[in-house]
Amino acid sequence: MPDVYDPLETAPRADLSALQLGRLRWTISQAARSAYHAGLFAALRLGPDSVASLDDLRRIPFTEKQHLRDNYPFGLLAVPKDEVVRMHHSSGTTGMAIAVFHTMRDVEHWADLIARCLHMIGVRKGDVFQNMMSYGLFTGGLGLHYGAEKLGCFIIPTGAGNSHRQIQFMRIFETTLLHIIPSYALALLGTFEEMGVDPKTLSLRRAVGGAEPYSEGMRERLQDAWGVPFYNCYGLSEMQGPGVAFECPEQQGLHIWEDSYIVEVINPDTGERVADGEEGELVLTSLTREAMPLIRYRTRDLTSIIPDPCPCGRTHRRLARIQGRSDDMFIVRGVNIFPLQIERVLMSMPEVGRNYLIVIDRDGYVDRLTVRVELTPDAFKGQLAQLRSLQDKIAHALREELLVTPRVELVEPGTLPRQEGKAIRVVDERK
Amino acid sequence: MIEQLAVFSENKPGRLERITRVLAEANVNIRAFHVASLGEMGVIKILVDKTEEAYRALSAYGTVRKMPVVAVRTPDRPGALHTVAAVLAQAGINIENVSGFAISRSEAILVLEVSDVPAAERILTEAEFKILDEGEFEAAVG
Repeated sequence: MPDVYDPLETAPRADLSALQLGRLRWTISQAARSAYHAGLFAALRLGPDSVASLDDLRRIPFTEKQHLRDNYPFGLLAVPKDEVVRMHHSSGTTGMAIAVFHTMRDVEHWADLIARCLHMIGVRKGDVFQNMMSYGLFTGGLGLHYGAEKLGCFIIPTGAGNSHRQIQFMRIFETTLLHIIPSYALALLGTFEEMGVDPKTLSLRRAVGGAEPYSEGMRERLQDAWGVPFYNCYGLSEMQGPGVAFECPEQQGLHIWEDSYIVEVINPDTGERVADGEEGELVLTSLTREAMPLIRYRTRDLTSIIPDPCPCGRTHRRLARIQGRSDDMFIVRGVNIFPLQIERVLMSMPEVGRNYLIVIDRDGYVDRLTVRVELTPDAFKGQLAQLRSLQDKIAHALREELLVTPRVELVEPGTLPRQEGKAIRVVDERK
Repeated sequence: MIEQLAVFSENKPGRLERITRVLAEANVNIRAFHVASLGEMGVIKILVDKTEEAYRALSAYGTVRKMPVVAVRTPDRPGALHTVAAVLAQAGINIENVSGFAISRSEAILVLEVSDVPAAERILTEAEFKILDEGEFEAAVG
């Protein structure tokens, strides 16, 4: 039996299901306190009593990102505003933004789940944890912070960036655990070379990769170069943040905490559930979230449930590594971006024509976002300086929206490829 | 005042070939040619003998603007450009670009891109420089 943080980790399936049903009914009554769910339930005449078994969950329609955007900011808040102790927020402005709220209990439960995840991979009191994820509106930084603190870790809240200093800290303070974006972990290998330091000579024992998906091949490359295991962490702000699912030392899929979430995998086109083992879109129902419960929320992440029990002995099922998205969202340096965000910024500028192309590639180890923009014929006034300031203006406006700074390339009208049918707006050259 | 053409172009192989081909096919003769580039993008400034034809030909294929520039005749000797620059500096007029042609053993024409064309022409005229119009410029350099 594994050394568990919480006995629930190995609870028999029947106990888990019973727990889920009770928590689901609670979630429905809690959700009804938000304007969005109240409206939804009234229209369908649903209440906690409508759900007599877990199977009845099907009677509740899906909730999507667009519902959250449309009901921004407080339409999904299920507690009085003064009960909210934390807010996290996506990038994006009007029409594209998502706010996620937490009560004290939500924050504590999140910390508890993270502690459970970290404990599962061997983290203990006394581990020196360098949290290299941004602290701020995104959930990666603060999310792992409170969970690690709960376990008694010595936390170095570096956030991202400042590569030389990050490595110095690893040496001086004898960091044993990292939380980092995989592409940044790759980029740091270059800094190690520059500094003449071999990462394998550090005190590191393990790393947690988050905020962006990466391939098994990339993981192996990182583990090889750093000399420590890289564990996968899955989460989404709407469900709390990181820690919704996490790998155990087997590294064969991510245990999703079924005491806190109900998992469904659906065919993204028909909405029907697929069989265990089959790939589909992950749909999640929160079971403990108080400030902003969500029921049957479509994550747009593609995965499958791994049907066999895990050798580690935990009874919470595992998700396969995320394969992709069922929408057009992409991730650059850990930040979620929708092409529509870029389009809206460009279309609000009269100097920009109808055609643009988003190109994502890697410059050495680092993700790079380039937006190629066709000018309108009238936008060119004859001077290079004016083109340069237009380029800067576009880059600045995009940065405000995306929170990532893209390179902007101005191109002559009519030179970007035109396609028949649906325009291809994004070319992702990283592989 | 005469006009020059400014063409917006990406800084990549083949662009100059295309622009010069278009001009050649339109039977346009180039008087002056200047490329300014910043990374991936550039602006090409061209003085030609048949501005309207060149403008039409280039517009059909790309992004081009006409812009007024000042053509001024000066003696071809040391200090000539300095005198012009001093006059304009005194009046607070900025010079964006200059090209020059020696047209005989003793004379030159300067073509100036300036921040204020009418003011520059007035001030240079007051300083007794000869400002050329389209016909006079063509006669001098053609």
